[in-house]
Parts: sequence; C-alpha cells; structure tokens
Amino acid sequence: MNSNDLFVRLAPWIYTVVMFLLWEAAVWLFNIPPFFLPPPTAIARAFVDFWGPIYRHSLYTLSTTMIGFGMAVGFGLLLGLLVGWSRSIYAGLYPLMIGFNAIPKVAVVPILVLWFGIGFVPAVLTAFLISFFPIVVNVATGLATIEPELEDVLKALGASKLDIMRKVGIPRTLPYFFGSLKVAITLAFVGSVISESIASNYGIGTLMLQAQAQFQVPLIFAGLIALAFEGIVMYWAMAVLEARMTGWAQRSGFAQA
Amino acid sequence: MVSAFVALDGVSHAYGARGGSGGTLAVDGLTISVNVGEFCAVVGPSGCGKSTLMKLATGLQFPFKGTVRIAGQVISQPVKIAGMAFQAPTLLPWRTTLDNLLLPLEIVEPHRSEIRRRKADYVARAEQLLTSVGLQGQGSKFPWELSGGMQQRTSLCRALIHEPQLLMLDEPFAALDAFTREELWCVIRDLHAARKITVILVTHDLREAVFLADRVFVMSARPGRVLVERPIELPRPRDLDVTFTPGFQDIVSELRSHIVRARQ
Ligand SMILES: Nc1ncnc2c1ncn2[C@@H]1O[C@H](COP(=O)(O)OP(=O)(O)OP(=O)(O)O)[C@@H](O)[C@H]1O
Ligand SMILES: [Mg+2]
Repeated sequence: MNSNDLFVRLAPWIYTVVMFLLWEAAVWLFNIPPFFLPPPTAIARAFVDFWGPIYRHSLYTLSTTMIGFGMAVGFGLLLGLLVGWSRSIYAGLYPLMIGFNAIPKVAVVPILVLWFGIGFVPAVLTAFLISFFPIVVNVATGLATIEPELEDVLKALGASKLDIMRKVGIPRTLPYFFGSLKVAITLAFVGSVISESIASNYGIGTLMLQAQAQFQVPLIFAGLIALAFEGIVMYWAMAVLEARMTGWAQRSGFAQA
Repeated sequence: MVSAFVALDGVSHAYGARGGSGGTLAVDGLTISVNVGEFCAVVGPSGCGKSTLMKLATGLQFPFKGTVRIAGQVISQPVKIAGMAFQAPTLLPWRTTLDNLLLPLEIVEPHRSEIRRRKADYVARAEQLLTSVGLQGQGSKFPWELSGGMQQRTSLCRALIHEPQLLMLDEPFAALDAFTREELWCVIRDLHAARKITVILVTHDLREAVFLADRVFVMSARPGRVLVERPIELPRPRDLDVTFTPGFQDIVSELRSHIVRARQ
C-alpha cells in the first residue's frame, strides 16, 4: 500500500474529524449560543448523558426502517420485473407510479394513522412507500436496456421471453437493482423518521420532537447524528452487497483515479 | 431442382408500420435463395437492408409482402436452429467465456434438458471449439479480460456450439485488425468445410466476401433488393494466397463497380 492509498483509506475519518473541529471552532469563535447551534463537545455530552434512550430509540427506528425497506425491496423488485416484462403494463403503471411518487409522504402519514393507529405500522409503511420507487425504476431500466442484438441471438435459438428474462434480463438488472438499494435505504430512513415525528411514541423522530419540546438542543443534534450514523452504516452495507453481487459490472477505473 | 434451404421470395419489409407499407421500406421485392451447405455473402451500400435480410431470414422480423421459407416451411416465428454473430460480440459480462459458450445449450433442445447430466461433455465440446479458434485455456476468463478479437472469436464459438444448420454472420469481423480478420476468415472457412453448414455472411469487405463465399449477392440502395448474383468459382479449399491472384482481384473490382453503381 503506498501513501496515496493510505490517504484514501483514512480520508473519510480525516474529513469527518476536520468537519467537527471546524464546527467546534466556529461555535467558539463566533460565540454562537449553544441553544442555537451546540458545539460537538456538547452533543457528545448529550450522547453520554442520554445514551440509554438514544440507543433504544435508534434501534427502534432502525427496525421500522429495515422492515419498510425490506418490503420495498420485495415489492419494488417484483413490480420492476413486471413493468419491464411488458410494454402495456409499463404504459399503464408508469404514470400512476410517477403520480404516486410525487405525493409528499408527509401528507400520507395522517391517512396511515387513520387506518392503523399511531406508532409502528405507519412508520414502516411510510419507509416502504418512500423507498420502493427508485427500486422499481432501476429494475425496469435494467430490463429495458437489454441489447437488441443479444435478444436476437437468443430468439434465433428459440428462446422464450422467460428464457431471455432469466438468462439475460435478471442478471443484467442486478447492478441497477443493487445500485438503487443505496438510494432506497437512505430514503427509508427519511420515511420512518417523518412518520415517527408526526405520529409515534417511539423512535429517533419522537426523541427529537420531545427534546425540542424540552429545549434540549444538544439532544436534538445527538438524534440527528445517531440517524446519520445509521444511514451511513446501512448505505455502506448496501454498497458492500452491491460490490459482492455485481463485481463484474464495476470494472471501470474512472472513480479509482 | 436444387433444394433451397433459405428462400426469400418477393419480400418487402418496412419498420414502424404495423403490417403495412406505411413506414419507410427497408427492403422491397427481395428475392434470394440459399442452398443447403452453401456459403453466401451479401454486400451492398450502408443502410440498404442487409441486417434486415438477416432478421427476415431468421424470423425475427416478418415481411408484409412475400414469403420467407426455411427448409420449405414458411416461417411464422423465430427459427430455432440459427447461430448468429454480429459486429459487437454481445457476450454476457457476468459469465466466464466458457459459460458464455454454454448459453445456447441452455436454450436449444435437446441440449437444454440434458445440460445438467452431460455438463462435462458440453464443457469438453466448448473447450474444443475454443481451441479451434486459438483460445485454448481462456475459458475461465471473463469476456472483459479478453481483447476485442478474442471476444469476437468467442462470439463466433457461441454461434456454433449447438451445431446449427444455419449460421448468420452480420459483419462479424468489421471491428478487427486486418491480420486477425484474415485469421478468422480461415477459421470460418474450415468450420464451413468441416460441418457443411449453411452460412449467410453480411459484410462490407469485398475481399472477405469473395474469399469465403460460393455466391455473392449485391444489394441495391434502400429499399434493398438483389441487383447482382455473382457465383465465385474459385476452387476450394482456398488459401489466403488466392486473394493476391489477378482472378480474385478481378472479381473484387467487378463487385466494387456494382456497388458504386448501386450507391448512385
Ligand atoms: N429497428 C429499426 N427500426 C426502424 N428502422 C430500422 C430499424 N432497423 C433498420 N431500420 C432501417 O431500415 C433500413 C435498413 O437497415 P439495415 O440495418 O437492414 O441496413 P444495413 O444494410 O444492415 O446497413 P449497414 O450496412 O449500415 O449495417 C435503414 O434505412 C434503417 O434506417
Ligand atoms: Mg447492418
């Protein structure tokens, strides 16, 4: 490993540390009141003082997010395959999906609460609703971009549509699919936290709302950072999964320079 | 009568127009007939409908006028017997070279139902084929680890692995350097001689057409039809040296003048 490689490996840590240092310095330098923007040291303090609740609420949010995300993966994959399978299904469903995706999910939470009561279910469903769309679009795109010549080669061998789907369509869609998971997982967090901060007694969203009511500004920020941390970990997990499953698709040297 | 294996009779085809002549015509009144075991080459100006001819002959497109027969049968669905190779190798990047070769066997009967049981046989067959095009020992590599010429050879092998009766080649050597190209001419020449398959080759390279084919068809500008049908009586087996003989060059320049006229 040369020094350049080492730097690339350490870069995320260095950048993070530098960001927090700048933040801390700015707060002291400009004399920002801690109830406006608490310095990282105050946030760290809140982490220590409120470790129990932060931990429990984080875990709760993680579970609603992951369940919603899991549903989005299953449903998104299925719908994507369906939409990519037939032009008429595509033509019929696409406008509906775009319309649905354009609805702000905040507006859907009250309806979900009406149906399922406050708490767990609306959070899961909001996470699901907000995150399935990119999966559908990506899977459908993967199927729609099969090279026509390859399709011809297979058809002239007597391949059925299902054959082409199994041998070419699905494998070549995988990079699109795993790529979309990275987007979907971060969206799923957005969904569950929205729902939690509107209608729940649990989760990071609720924790932050309560902290706000009690004017515990460092705790609000601690909640944000806990969320960011979960988001990074899950994103990273999806990226690792992607690299594992579709190494063949990532051979460009472009981003490695 | 000589048995025509592939016969297009007065075929007209237009893209975009569903079953009518509304769209722009790609080919019009195209008549061509290729005998069993014959090697035919099709040349013509760019965009004249050569690739369309390939699609019509394999049932990937259907004409709105005229008939396409294969082995006497009017075709109404894609044929199940053809091996195809194009200018781009279109290999699957997630499969090794060897697994790419096995793909047709996973689709074509009877191999399809036997591939699990006879996997070892098929792998041996694929490796033998790889050897015949000078790719021995490369089977475990992924296509993107091969050079363009090696990928093109693999693509040719994929077109041949299921021992098709009909081989359709659409400018398969166009992207290769001159030496690799001539080497692959010989590979195809030998395969054709050994297996007596019927080959239809689309090419822009007139030397290629004359060297390989029994008959060369010159097509008109779009909408394409056959202008000239030129039998090539050079004795077989042909050696690369034949391409430097005056007789060979005469045929090439004769074909060239036909195409120049077709372009006008
Ligand atoms: N999928 C398609 N949709 C619409 N038009 C098409 C399609 N494929 C071909 N055409 C048209 O049909 C005509 C014949 O095309 P074709 O691909 O058969 O030409 P070609 O002789 O193979 O050309 P080249 O030598 O450049 O490969 C062209 O004018 C082209 O624009
Ligand atoms: Mg063409």
